[in-house]
Order: sequence, then structure tokens, then C-alpha cells
Amino acid sequence: MATNEILIKELADQYGRKRTSLLPVLQGVADKNNFLTEEDLTTIGRELHLSGAQVFGTATFYSFLNVVPRGKYVIRVCKTISCDMKNKDDVVREIENMLKIKTGETTEDKKFTLLYTNCMGWCDKGPSMLINEMPYSDLTPDKVHGIIKQYSDTAD
Amino acid sequence: MKKIINLTIDDQKIAVDEGTTILEAARKSGIKIPTLCYHDDLCIAGNCRICVVEQENMRTLPASCATPVAEGMVINTNSTKVRNARKFLVELLLSEHNADCTACVKNKHCELQTLAEQNHIREHTFIDLKDDKNYTIDKLSPAIIIDYSKCIRCQRCVRTCEEIQSISALSAAYKGKDMKITTFFEKPINTVVCSTCGQCVAHCPTGALTEHFYIDEVWDAINDPDKHVVVQTAPSVRVALGEEFGLKPGTIVTGKMVAALRRLGFDEVEDTDFTADLTVIEEGNELLRRLKAKLVDKDESVKLPMVTTCSPAWVKYCEHAFSDQLGHLSTCKSPMSMFGALSKTYYAEKFKIDPAKIVSIAIMPCIAKKFENNRPEMRASGYKDTDYVLTTRELAIMIKQAGIDFNSLKDSSFDSLMGVASGAGLIFGNSGGVMEAALRCAYMIVVGKDIPFEDLSITPLHGSEGEIVEMSVKFTGTKPEWSFLEGVTVNVAHANMLSNAYKIMDEIKNGTSKYHFVEIMSCPGGCIGGAGQPLPTNKAKRTARKEAIYTGEKMIEIRKSQDNPEIINIYDDYLGKPLEEKAHKLLHVPGFTPRKRY
Amino acid sequence: MNDGIKINRIDSIFKDYVDNKFDYLKKIMTMSNEEIIKNLTESGLKGRGGAGFPTGSKWKFAAEQSSDEKFVVCNADEGEPGTFKDKEILLKVPHKVLTGMTACSKVTGAKKGYIYLRWEYKFMKNDLQKSVDEFNEELEKMKIDFKIYIVLGAGAYVCGEESALFDSMEGMRGEPRNKPPFPTESGFMGKPTVINNVETFATSTMILSFGGVNYAKLGTDVSHGSKLFSISGDTAIPGIYELELGMTLHDFVEKFGDGDTKAVSVGGVSGALVPRKKFKDTIIGWEGVPTGGAMILFNSTRSIYRILHNYLEFFEEESCGQCTPCRIGCQQLKKGIEAVKKGEEDPSYLDTLASLSKVMNVSAKCGLGQSVMNPVLSAVNNFREELIY
Ligand SMILES: Cc1cc2nc3c(=O)[nH]c(=O)nc-3n(C[C@H](O)[C@H](O)[C@H](O)COP(=O)(O)O)c2cc1C
Ligand code: SF4
Ligand code: SF4
Ligand code: SF4
Ligand code: SF4
Ligand code: FES
Repeated sequence: MATNEILIKELADQYGRKRTSLLPVLQGVADKNNFLTEEDLTTIGRELHLSGAQVFGTATFYSFLNVVPRGKYVIRVCKTISCDMKNKDDVVREIENMLKIKTGETTEDKKFTLLYTNCMGWCDKGPSMLINEMPYSDLTPDKVHGIIKQYSDTAD
Repeated sequence: MKKIINLTIDDQKIAVDEGTTILEAARKSGIKIPTLCYHDDLCIAGNCRICVVEQENMRTLPASCATPVAEGMVINTNSTKVRNARKFLVELLLSEHNADCTACVKNKHCELQTLAEQNHIREHTFIDLKDDKNYTIDKLSPAIIIDYSKCIRCQRCVRTCEEIQSISALSAAYKGKDMKITTFFEKPINTVVCSTCGQCVAHCPTGALTEHFYIDEVWDAINDPDKHVVVQTAPSVRVALGEEFGLKPGTIVTGKMVAALRRLGFDEVEDTDFTADLTVIEEGNELLRRLKAKLVDKDESVKLPMVTTCSPAWVKYCEHAFSDQLGHLSTCKSPMSMFGALSKTYYAEKFKIDPAKIVSIAIMPCIAKKFENNRPEMRASGYKDTDYVLTTRELAIMIKQAGIDFNSLKDSSFDSLMGVASGAGLIFGNSGGVMEAALRCAYMIVVGKDIPFEDLSITPLHGSEGEIVEMSVKFTGTKPEWSFLEGVTVNVAHANMLSNAYKIMDEIKNGTSKYHFVEIMSCPGGCIGGAGQPLPTNKAKRTARKEAIYTGEKMIEIRKSQDNPEIINIYDDYLGKPLEEKAHKLLHVPGFTPRKRY
Repeated sequence: MNDGIKINRIDSIFKDYVDNKFDYLKKIMTMSNEEIIKNLTESGLKGRGGAGFPTGSKWKFAAEQSSDEKFVVCNADEGEPGTFKDKEILLKVPHKVLTGMTACSKVTGAKKGYIYLRWEYKFMKNDLQKSVDEFNEELEKMKIDFKIYIVLGAGAYVCGEESALFDSMEGMRGEPRNKPPFPTESGFMGKPTVINNVETFATSTMILSFGGVNYAKLGTDVSHGSKLFSISGDTAIPGIYELELGMTLHDFVEKFGDGDTKAVSVGGVSGALVPRKKFKDTIIGWEGVPTGGAMILFNSTRSIYRILHNYLEFFEEESCGQCTPCRIGCQQLKKGIEAVKKGEEDPSYLDTLASLSKVMNVSAKCGLGQSVMNPVLSAVNNFREELIY
């Protein structure tokens, strides 16, 4: 049986096998793995009676539904104006140096992915970022160093 | 009664029904507003914004295709503001577009090109964005080519595949600057659920979606002295080809078409209508055999209703979407593939030609036929039964390439052996035609008399576009060997467009279908609305072609397939009995290929 | 010319004026539908999400529709760069939003309410769900046939546009729909729907508690009451402030600027980028520069080119991409200012870009593409040199 088939069936049972359930079901799977595989989208299409292209087209519309592999922790640094003005570049550089990846990439151990995101509503406390769903604000290179270190140190 | 709305467009006072759009109201009064994402066959998208107009007391320019009229509205379709906006919009589209018109199939038939011309585009105002886009071309399907560099993202194809075919093999994906039209995970179209019906091609305003062309291969065969090139032409080609040469839709050009084919250098010009007659007989007999197995022998492995398989896009769709219901499909090949198999067996034997040297070409209204002829099931002759399939449009291109003045050609007629057809063969071109012809045949077999309709014309079956048409036929006065059918009412239905096929198959799957026999055609109106027919496609043209088919039928003396002398001949001489031996081997498929839905 | 209201801090949203958070609900449920509409209309409340449609009329239109089903939707997609007030409302006073939604359901007859919460605010979903559960329980106790649900977005600014938001709730790509029909006629699932901003619902609750006439005493003739401002950028005191509407930008900058303010984005990236020389003449309100409350301040160390470039990158990524002017126009604007800056295009190309933004303003399908013009024209007209050199 496909890896997430049981999960998807459960989600479909919970939300109903209809188009309006598509986002919650996609999110349910993305919650677990941080990204959606071809197999996931196929199973979701079958359960909700949608074509593969419909599921793919919908998933790719949304920034937080990823169809390419992502790490266990997805770091998204806000690049919109207020955070940009508060030196988000320094923060990004610090993360890139620590994790030895460029923005858009995933660490070899699949633990971290570093991405940019658009305004996430912490403009008064920029620069800010999300690690998965957790927001962090008022970042400095030092502060972000400590945060990433904590995540690195947690066992898988 | 609908409320009447009064408005003014370009100083003309107009009264229209409530709910009419500004665009429709303008058209009614002879004012042409340019459009691009709009198509009569499809729901409104309102995304290209080309059709914007100025509305008094409104800051923005509403899209006329998407805006309903309102009482007292004052509209200007040609103000400076409108012209200026339109021109910018076309220039924007061109900046994202690989406008290499001279090397494009749609040259002179392209809606984007026409807009550029009408809007007097004379320079590149904006920066070229093409190089940032990583555009690709998908050429892997034998039927369809997608050139993403020519796509203007109007989503007509997306709406076509969803609304007409209920398949949704295409969707818009991503957003913003990255938004594009694509398939599941951006896979090549030949690896996804696409039926290859080509309706998206027929509805695409640009050169982004086209059929896979085989013109050069056909020229090579014609010019190869070692090859014997046989060509067949489908029933609905002759009522549409004339449009490519400026003739009115619905003009019947059979004689000129045959003459043109001869001038192009084909060695033998035969008629698919002949094998349509053969299909009628095989399918009529198959239906009766299934009825007997089910009603008398109570054989549960035999499936009813039996569903026709002339439409290759329908067959492929069924293999994807209803892979557990393939037993309902008639095993008869389509007329094209029957012809292909016979061209390299029966025909080769009769004329003592080495089948290896025969190149069998089919001129079809259809794009899916380009998939069908490449199926591994279609090699009963030991060779590829049909070598190349050309659309009506491709034939027109060849005629133009050869410098033939089509309209002044003298009529010519088909060669014999496989060139004579009954009216029943001709009506295959229309949705409902296969069913009507097969019923005439079955009735004759069972009752020994003509089906009791005036002129054999089962008019209740002349259904129109997008409808599921049902009918019942009661057998009375059956011959002794068919007495088990005495008093039995056979329920039949036919439908075009795969969205309707889905409805019918869903009932079959749930066991609630009341039908015994179903005909399905993939394209709106049947083959006359096929995706290989002259463009643009619209209902008025399809209706004219349909009427031409029924007019043409009335002119053919032989009305029933079994009265066709060439048909009688081929059974006596070569095939033996319907469904048996050679007929079985050459005219039926060994089986179908279950395919993945996802 | 209005001299402008002086900077006047108000505390209606975040402060509670009752002992029990359900007291607002209890009071409002004793009011008749007519009274509710009357108070909202008298208050002059215009939608706080940015578009500024009179809230009383919106509820009334939906109430007048006959339909088997109607919905109330709270727009908590808060995606406009520079805005973060809705988050704060939902964190601190969710019951005011829920009460406002219930008042709306009473007027319109809707049985279901949804909060469309942007994905970026997922961190607070559990807490919000607790408040909603508690509230739903109270509704049940009070025998009110209305239930509220939370729907989570998935990351798309354009889904804040009301019709795109409905598409998203229906499981589709968030592509804005053609209008008309408007949501009060055909919204979520094609049914009459009232959609309001988080702050609009919270404000409605307070208006219905204090009385519409009292509320209207604040602000100007055109911009009534007070609203929340999200203040960020070059300021020593960033944060959320509730201020009386109608002050001049000059006074605003005096209070919040760092003494060197050169421009302010009023209304986030889709609002005007007002230069210093216009501060005195600019009133913050519908009569001047309307705003959903995002105020981003820039001092003279900031490059307008970099700011505009940042905005345009935002737009080209966050456009839904369906319509020609917006999808391609945003890309052209960004490429265009890059080319002028690099000297690849003549400075006069900025005028072409300005014209392009005007065409986008009139021909784009939704507010996103239409409002890209605001910062572009401001920058080209007021900071031309900065874009060239
Ligand atoms: C691109 C775009 C984004 C929008 N984003 C939001 C948003 O995040 N929150 C919001 O309340 N309204 C947003 N709006 C406005 C909504 O379309 C709608 O007008 C509003 O939710 C109505 O509520 P109101 O009348 O209470 O302001 C946006 C509009 C556009 C065009
Ligand atoms: S699609 Fe149209 S505009 Fe584009 S290259 Fe072809 S003919 Fe020219
Ligand atoms: S060929 Fe037919 S099935 Fe395939 S994508 Fe086009 S419309 Fe859809
Ligand atoms: S492929 Fe053709 S029909 Fe489809 S969106 Fe592109 S231009 Fe339009
Ligand atoms: S203006 Fe932009 S966001 Fe709005 S519909 Fe058009 S492309 Fe989409
Ligand atoms: S034809 Fe009206 S928007 Fe495209």
C-alpha cells in the first residue's frame, strides 16, 4: 500500500469526498511530510474524484503546499519590504553559512530547507521567519544562530 | 418572460433579454468586440481582458464577455481608452509569446495574430520575456503537440477538457509569473489520462496545441516509386474539406476531394464508408450474438449494453476511466482500422501487391485516430495496418502545397473494391449514425424486413450536440431462428462528448443502466465536429455539416449496408461469415488495454 | 480643505467594556435586525479590509436575498505587506469577531460562519479553535442556530480577494471571479455571502454595543470612527495603534516618523507611496488616501528603487496569474525598472511603464492587478531620479 494511503483515506473520511475537501486533505498530508509526492496527489485525486491535473494545479497554486521534496524543518524567511529593511539579508546569510545551503535548497541530511516567503504579518518585529508553522521575529544573526542550533540538536 | 433591458452601445439603442452579456448584445447589433479567451462552446473565463469596453461613469473597463447588461448602461467599445488598453494587452501577450508566425501552423489562422494585426502592432513596446520562461515543446504523443512557447494561458483547453470531456487532463498550475497550463506533474501528454480527442486543439486560439503532423511522411511515401499508396477518406471529411477552400460549411465536395487525392499522387483512392458498412454488419451481428448469449444462454460473462468503439478517444478514455468495464466495448475495430487491415490483406491479394510495399493512409476528421493507428492492437495484417493518419486540415495543406485549384477540379469517383458504400456508411459521420445503421441491419436480420421508419431514417436518433438520446425498438414478426427476440424491446442510446459518456458509463458501472446498445462519439456532434476538421469550430458549422451528411445519404441509392455489392462480395469472396474466422481476425480487436486513471 | 483630526488614540478594539465576554452577544441578540442595520448604517462603518464598502449596506443586501442557504465569512487572510492587526485581534479579542459574525448571521439568516485564516497564522489556530468551540457552545446554549468554523488557507496573497477566497474554500485555485455577481448575491458555493474583514466584525460588535451615532462622532464626514493602523518601517515605535480617522499624513509622521521620513506607503504595497512634499495635504481616510491600515515609513537612507522593486517582485509572485494585464504587466514593470536602472532602456521608458500601470488599473480582473498602479505612479512621478540613477 502506498505510504500515505491510509492517512489520505482517513482525511477523506473526515472532510468528505468532495472538491471542497481538497485543501484540508492536501494540508493534512503536507503536515506530516512537509511536501506532497506524486503518489500522494494520485491517491488524493482518486479519493476525491478529481483528475491528477486538477489536484496538481491546485496544490502548486499555494506557497505552503510543495510538490518538491522538502526537509523536516522548512525555514521561510520573510523577504517583503519591512523585513527587508531590517536586514533580512544578514539573517539569511547566517542561516546559509550554518546549514551550508543556499536559499531554495535542502540540507543533505534532509533536515532543513531554506526558502523565502512573502509578508507573514510580523512587519513590526522584522526580520521574521517561520520554521514550519512556528514564527520567529526580531531576528538578528546571533538570535537565528541560536534558534537553528536548537533545531539541529533535537534528535530526529 | 424574461425582463427586457435597454442600453446604449456605441450610440445605438439596444433592447435585450436580462442576463445577456455586453458582448452578446453588441454582436446582436452588428458591433464586433474582439475576444480571445471567449469561445461559444465554453463557459466564460474573462481572463484575457481583450474584450474590455468603456462604461459610462465607471472607472474600470469591464470585460464585455463577462459582464451582464444593466438598465440604462452606456457602453463605448471603441474609445481611446479602450483602444489603448487593448493594444497594450496584445503587446503584453506578445512579450510572453514566441511569435515566430512564419514557422507556425497557425499562421493566418491564429486569433492572436489577427488581434496583433487589427490593433496595428508595429513595434515591440515591451521587453521580451521568452528567455526567462524555459518553454518546452512536448512532441511525444503521436496525436498532439504542445508548444508551450505559444500558449497565452487563456485556459480554453482547460475548460474544453473539463466541460466537454469531463477529463481535466490539463489544468492551470502555479501562480503569478509562473502560472502555466500543464498536465499532472508536467508530464508529457501521452503519459497522462488524455483521451487524445484533440478538442483542446480545436479550441486553442494559437499554435500552442496542434495535431502531430505526418504530411512529410505521406509525401515521402507518394514520391517513393517502390511504394503503393492507398488512401481512405472518412465520411465527415467530404462535408467539411470545402471550408478550407472558402466554400460554405456543409458543402459536399466528395468528387473534388477524390480528384484532389488523385492529383496528389495517391495510387488508389478508396472510401472509409465502405468499411463503415462492414462495421455495421459486424456490429449488428455482435449485438445479436450478445443478446442471444444473455437472453437465451444466460451467459453472465457477456456484457450488455454493448458500446460502440468507432471513436478512438472514447475507447482510450474508457480504458483509463472504466478499465474494469471494458467487457462492454464492442470488439469491432473502427472503420478506419478495418480498412487498414484489409488494405494489406484483401486488397493486396486481389491486386497481387506485396503488402510490405503498401502504405495505407487515412484522411480523418479526427486527431485521436493518430493514436489509434499506432496501437499495437492494430497490426492484424502483420504490418502496421494504417501507416499514417492525416486530418482534414492536413489534407487541405497538401492540396495547397501542390498548387491545386481545388474549386475548379472536376469530380472524380472512388476506386472500386473498397470504394462503394451505402447511405448507412455515410451517416457514421454524425453522432447517432453508427447506432442507426446498426439497428437497420439488425432489424433486417431478425425480422427480415426494413425497420419501420419512413425512408429508413430513424429521425429520433438524429440527436443534437451534447445530448444523450434514447430510443426503444420492439422486434415483432421475427424470423424463426430469432424468435427469442419476439416482442423484445431493445433500448438504445447515443451520446457525444465524453462528459456524457461518463454519465452513461457511471450507470453501467452501478448496474442501473437500462440500455442494450449504446453509441458514443467523443466530439461535439460526432465526427463532423472532430478535432481534425477545419477551424474555427462552432455550432453553426457543425450543424451545417450534419445536415449535409443526411442530405448526402438521401442521394445514395443503396440504403442498407448489407445491400452494398462490394460488401456482399468481400464476405463471399474473402471474409466468410460475420464474426467468424478472417472477419474475426481482421475486423475485431483481440482485446483492450486497461490504463491508469492517474 | 480639512485641517485634519489630530492624532487621537482610541481604545475600542482591544479593550473590553464588559465583565463577561459573552455580554456583547447577549445585548446584541436582544436587538432587532432593523436596529442592527440602522446602527451600522448610522455609524458610517466602511469595510476595514481596504475596499471600504459600507458594512451596513452589505449586510442589508445579503439579508434581502432569498436563498435556502447563506454564509458569513470572516476574511483573516491578512496578506497585505505591512498589515498585522487582524492577527492581534484574533489573538487578543477573538470573541468580538465571533460576536460580529453572529450579529451578521442574525440579520442575514446564515447558519454557518467561516473564518478563513491564512496559513502563516497556523501557529495560533489551536488557540483560536478553542475560542471558537467555546463560543459555539454558548451559541448552542442560547439556542442560536449558527455555528462557526475555521478554514485554513495555504499561502496565496490573492486569496484575500473575496471571490478568490471563496474559490480557495471550495478547494480550487484562488482565481478571482468575474463580478457581478457580488458575494451578497453569489458567494461561497454560489450562495449569498457576507464577507468582512476581521476588524470590521470586531468594530461592528463595538458599534452595536455603543450605538452607531456615538461611533460616527469620531472621524470625518466621509471617514467615520477609528481604525487600527499597523505601523512598521523606519519608526522608533512600530506596532498597532487605534487612531481616529481623518488625520493628515503630516501629523502622523510627526508622531510616528523618525524625524527623517521621506515617504510613506499608505495601505501597504498596493497603496500609494506618498512623498514628503505631500504629507501636509494628505488625509488618511476615504477622502484622501484610503487604507486597510498598513503604514510603512521610509527615511531618506532608503532607495525608492529598491522599495519599488521589492513591491513588484511581490506582485509578480502573488498575482494569481490568470489575467493578461496583471500576470504579464507585473513582470514587465519589474523588468522595466531594472532595465532603466541598468541603462538598457531610456529613462523615458518609465513613462511607458506608467502608462502600462494605468492600463492595468482599468483592465485587470481584480483589485490586485488594479492597484499595482498606485506605488508605480507614486514612484515614477515623485522619485524619478532615484529610479534612473
Ligand atoms: C488582492 C487582494 C487582497 C485582499 N486581501 C484582503 C485581506 O487579506 N483581508 C481582507 O479583509 N480583505 C482583503 N481584501 C479585500 C476583500 O476583497 C474584501 O473587500 C474584504 O474582505 C471585504 O471586507 P470589508 O468590507 O470588511 O473590508 C483583498 C482584496 C484584494 C483585491
Ligand atoms: S501562435 Fe499565432 S501569433 Fe503565435 S507564432 Fe503562431 S501564428 Fe504567430
Ligand atoms: S486531447 Fe481531449 S482529453 Fe486530451 S487534453 Fe485535449 S481535450 Fe483533454
Ligand atoms: S494551450 Fe491554447 S487553449 Fe490552452 S491556454 Fe494555451 S493558448 Fe489557450
Ligand atoms: S488582477 Fe492579477 S490577481 Fe487579479 S485576477 Fe488578474 S491576474 Fe489574478
Ligand atoms: S474574451 Fe472577454 S476576457 Fe477574454
